[in-house]
Amino acid sequence: MTEIPEHLLKRSQEAKAKADGGSAPPAEAAASSDDDGETIPRSLLEQSQQEGGPATSGGGVATIAPPAMAGPSGNTHRLLTVVKSGSIQDVKANPGDKVHVWPHLLAPEFTAALFITAFTLVFSLFINAPLLELANHNATPNPSKAPWYFLGLQELLTMFDPMIAGVTIPGIVLVLLGFAPYIDRNPSNAPEDRKFAICIQTIHLMFWAVLVIIGSFFRGQGFNFTYPWDTGLHGIFHL
Amino acid sequence: MANMIEKPKQSLPEKLQQGATAAADWMQDSQFWTSIFRPGSIFRKGYTDSPRNRSYVIMNSVLYHLHPVKVKRHAVKVSYTLCLGGLSFFLFILLTITGIFLMFFYRPTAAAAWSDIESLHTQVSFGLLVRNMHRWGAHLMCLSVFLHMARVFYHGAYKAPREFNWVVGVILLKLTLLLSFTGYLLPWDQLSLWAVTVGTNMMGFTPVFGDQVRFVLLGGKQIGAETLLRWYVLHVLMLPFVLVIFLAIHFWRVRKDGGISGPL
Ligand code: HEM
Repeated sequence: MTEIPEHLLKRSQEAKAKADGGSAPPAEAAASSDDDGETIPRSLLEQSQQEGGPATSGGGVATIAPPAMAGPSGNTHRLLTVVKSGSIQDVKANPGDKVHVWPHLLAPEFTAALFITAFTLVFSLFINAPLLELANHNATPNPSKAPWYFLGLQELLTMFDPMIAGVTIPGIVLVLLGFAPYIDRNPSNAPEDRKFAICIQTIHLMFWAVLVIIGSFFRGQGFNFTYPWDTGLHGIFHL
Repeated sequence: MANMIEKPKQSLPEKLQQGATAAADWMQDSQFWTSIFRPGSIFRKGYTDSPRNRSYVIMNSVLYHLHPVKVKRHAVKVSYTLCLGGLSFFLFILLTITGIFLMFFYRPTAAAAWSDIESLHTQVSFGLLVRNMHRWGAHLMCLSVFLHMARVFYHGAYKAPREFNWVVGVILLKLTLLLSFTGYLLPWDQLSLWAVTVGTNMMGFTPVFGDQVRFVLLGGKQIGAETLLRWYVLHVLMLPFVLVIFLAIHFWRVRKDGGISGPL
């Protein structure tokens, strides 16, 4: 509820009476007939005293002394206070540090798309995709290799029983990988808090990388171990 | 006479340039043009670089399906994502374009497949180049998806609220490998046949229904003409279709989960 100071109410009544043509007592008389200090609510007075008087500019609320008379056309509204936004508005939504997607994200994305297209194009100009002889069920090449991303599995097959190498290990790995966010309950993403997770994952990724490299470059006739410098890398782009 | 001296004759290039400008103005004022390029489009007349227009470029275009108007400053740092997710996506688009080109010249039958590829090399303009791009692009995509996964892991970006997007990601990884693997068979050469033989033999070891799965995928006990047709349909239609659906979920979740994860 807004509390309208008594002296203002009184003045507005006077002004109304004056506009109606009646002879109301002058404002000064009415004001002076009041007890001093009673016209302005105590709380407001105290506040303005704390602020160091009505004229201070640093405070949140600056009160302006009421004018002696109503306005020229008998209007009764006037500027009561200037309230600075900081003192009454609590800005909760912080705009944060944001940038426009155009051009700050679209431009790099476009550049990346151009780059990868150019790279693939240039690579393709110089190196041809393999096309060996027509498929022949009766001529098994030696060695026979899976595509490189499955060479890790093929490597495992040389070490373990097919049930373990082809099913159990990849099955467990895929399930663990898929459920990683639910297994790793550590909320932090700072590297120093995640030493274990980082270790495990690095070992895991390196495990496949090493197997793929061995499968690609260190397996010759009969999928036996060889060194690439002995047998050569002639099939390197037979991917 | 005096007039002629004041106004020097325009040279032909100048006239041409004026004509071109006038034509461009006319075009950009036409209803046709303004109906295509909505307010804020950089192709609309009078595009100026202002914060309002920067917002409109996204808000008033199809890009709004992929990107919000603004993102955290941190999210546009290439050093954070290394653009690997984006590169995987661009490679997928490149593969779709080159793949459609290849489809015009390829028949998935045991009798025609190999020779179609061979004549692609020798008879079709840019045939070899486009095939090369499709092939190397596919390998690159496997690699970039793998690296994207690694970068997401090392950033801990799979943690709440992004757990589910990681699961979607693992599905995308499998789909990418399957797409690459099904494509491997299509040239129908010795490399295809035996790489796929080695790969599919592993499937047979799956307990309980390993043999059945293998039979359905190969369309028989051994890789043959049936397999080629099946894998062709998987490769050009079914797997891309499923991949696109999961990509949509993936991108949508990136936004719903509050944009990409914050700095370490
Ligand atoms: C076809 C394959 C994929 C495509 C095209 C793709 C695309 C993207 C893109 C464009 C982003 C935005 C940020 C960035 O570029 O790094 C992203 C984020 C993400 N991706 Fe993928 N992604 C793929 C596969 C994967 C895989 C295999 C995983 C994990 C197993 C994964 C998990 C995630 C997660 C968790 C995010 C949020 C990262 C963050 O907030 O920092 N995605 N993906």
